[in-house]
Amino acid sequence: MTDYRQMWSDLGMDLENHDNLCAVLPVAFGDTYLSQENRPEGMAFYDFVVSEIHGVRPAELIEHQKNGGKVFGTFCIFVPDEVVFAAGGIATGLCGGSQFWVPDGEKVLPKSTCPLIKASVGARIGRTCPFFRIADMYVGETTCDGKKKAWEILAEDVPVHVMDMPQMKRPQDIAKWEDEIRNFIKVVEEQTGNQVTAEKLAEAIKLLNNKRKALARVYACRKADPTPISGKDALLMTQIAFYDDPARCAEMANKLADELEQRIQDGVAVFPKGAKRILISGTPMAIPNWKLHHIVETCGAAVVCEEACTGTRYFENLVDESQTTLDGQIHALAERYMKNNCACFTPNKGRIEDIIRLCKEYKVDGVIDANLKFCTLYDTEGRDVERALKEAGIPVLGLETDYVDTDAEQLRTRIGAFLEMLGE
Amino acid sequence: MNYIGIDIGSTAAKVAVLGETQQYFVLPTGWSSIDTARAIQEQLQQRGISLDESLVVSTGYGRSAVNFADKQITEITCHAAGCAEKYPNCSVIDVGGQDTKTIRIVDGVVSDFLMNDKCSAGTGKFIEVMANRLGCDIDHLFEIAERGSALPISSLCTVFAESEVINHVGAGKPREDIAAGVVDSVAAKVAGLAGRLALSDQVVLTGGLSHLPLFAQSIGKKLGHPVQPLENGRYAGAYGAALLAQRLEEKKNRKEK
Repeated sequence: MTDYRQMWSDLGMDLENHDNLCAVLPVAFGDTYLSQENRPEGMAFYDFVVSEIHGVRPAELIEHQKNGGKVFGTFCIFVPDEVVFAAGGIATGLCGGSQFWVPDGEKVLPKSTCPLIKASVGARIGRTCPFFRIADMYVGETTCDGKKKAWEILAEDVPVHVMDMPQMKRPQDIAKWEDEIRNFIKVVEEQTGNQVTAEKLAEAIKLLNNKRKALARVYACRKADPTPISGKDALLMTQIAFYDDPARCAEMANKLADELEQRIQDGVAVFPKGAKRILISGTPMAIPNWKLHHIVETCGAAVVCEEACTGTRYFENLVDESQTTLDGQIHALAERYMKNNCACFTPNKGRIEDIIRLCKEYKVDGVIDANLKFCTLYDTEGRDVERALKEAGIPVLGLETDYVDTDAEQLRTRIGAFLEMLGE
Repeated sequence: MNYIGIDIGSTAAKVAVLGETQQYFVLPTGWSSIDTARAIQEQLQQRGISLDESLVVSTGYGRSAVNFADKQITEITCHAAGCAEKYPNCSVIDVGGQDTKTIRIVDGVVSDFLMNDKCSAGTGKFIEVMANRLGCDIDHLFEIAERGSALPISSLCTVFAESEVINHVGAGKPREDIAAGVVDSVAAKVAGLAGRLALSDQVVLTGGLSHLPLFAQSIGKKLGHPVQPLENGRYAGAYGAALLAQRLEEKKNRKEK
């Protein structure tokens, strides 16, 4: 394993506290991941990335900066990565998924903020995540009130550009998102010193579409019964996709999909026959948040799909590649991104249609609608989701959880009872 | 053959034995569920029940501590089994020491359920804390509550509600009115949870407080629907577990045939 301490020190990180994080992560990963049997060989790449999560990719980003490139940190799947890559920049996800960062976040945020925001802000101000140190600019968006205010706090410490999300999906809202993308292009051009041309944007659209197609291939394999890959492993691939180089991400996901397709042909499964198939819907599960998947799968069921930002919302719908002018491309981008069914929209019936469709595609036995504590939007929408699923005859369990592990046993009881309810 | 259900809750461990002999007993859960499981094993031996000729299902939050269990099943499924025997179509409200659950049973099986979140308000623990504060035990708290008119206790959190009780004590309010307020407050929280699931015509109360008629009445009033305490309701989970142990054998026999 390479020693990255000098790099972390150069980034101004709190090395002492960061060592604490480095000490717990391998244990958690070992318990959650390496204990699984019969994992696909293609997971070795993702295991390696986790083993050097704060080293290998950050080093690449720093190399890019040394060559004059810029790095943009993003927190949401609404931010169009295409723009950044078209300007020769690199976009990387920054969402915090560990309780480790929450106490630092709570120094400046109310406790009643969702753990994802608290962890993300905490990772910055606690100086314990290299990605947060490396990014030249953060790109925020107005998907919830907690985030809107968090950008103001982060902007005291790092340049932040905020994209104003429409709250509805009328034609004027899509036009508004187009405007926001146009504005974002200007900001990125200024930061990078590079122009976003139609040729460059066309390349970037292809690059990101290829990544989406590759992720979708892996997910398609999970539709097989029995599934050739655990939910935990698939989730890990998706989580890492937020950080990785998009071309390599596509290459590795395609390689994994090749193996999974072969496994399906050979009848190789990772769960015993008859294991219940669960779809998890709700709030994002940023790395290293594997809590719910771990509980479900150690209770004997398989998670076969995530209707979440770290799931189908990330890769479903492609950007139209046939546009040749910037105007046409920007419109195509706006259309694709506005297809995302996030609870920040009102109304948001499309999300319920998505969940019901996915239940059929993935041959799901039951849905767990899980929301991070204090996410008012998803929590409120949960009522509608549960009602619609019950009407459709799909068993559903609504859960609220946090990054802390203190509710793990209570969750295990609820999930265990839910699986017992689905029958053996 | 004996069929043993063991329900280790946060406060009490309940045991039901069916088969050659029918027995029920309860132990305090104490500090360690592993010690409790061992104590149960000794009790069973003293009662002449051989584990070699028994099938054991454990349930409750201490279920994994019962190392001699043939199977672990969650308390939701066990409670439902325990109630479905008498009421195959009903809603169960179970108020436990640390959590409260409501289960809808249709044709003898669980069709939906809800559990309270981590918070202990609306559980037996809440009443235990308040009884301590009022210098009495739980049964006595209900006894004096019968005579009182409820004072408001509105906090959603046990710790904050305790300060409200202390304020009432400080203001010299009658003890029976405070006790009535405690019962009223828990009943409102329990009814709030139960009301979130569609209610069956038959609503049944189980758990360690189900022998107190005032409790079922108070919940019923809040729900606007009569609540029937289950006879021997404290043992509903253990009894259900024992019934499920019986079914384990039936299943095994079917397979062997």
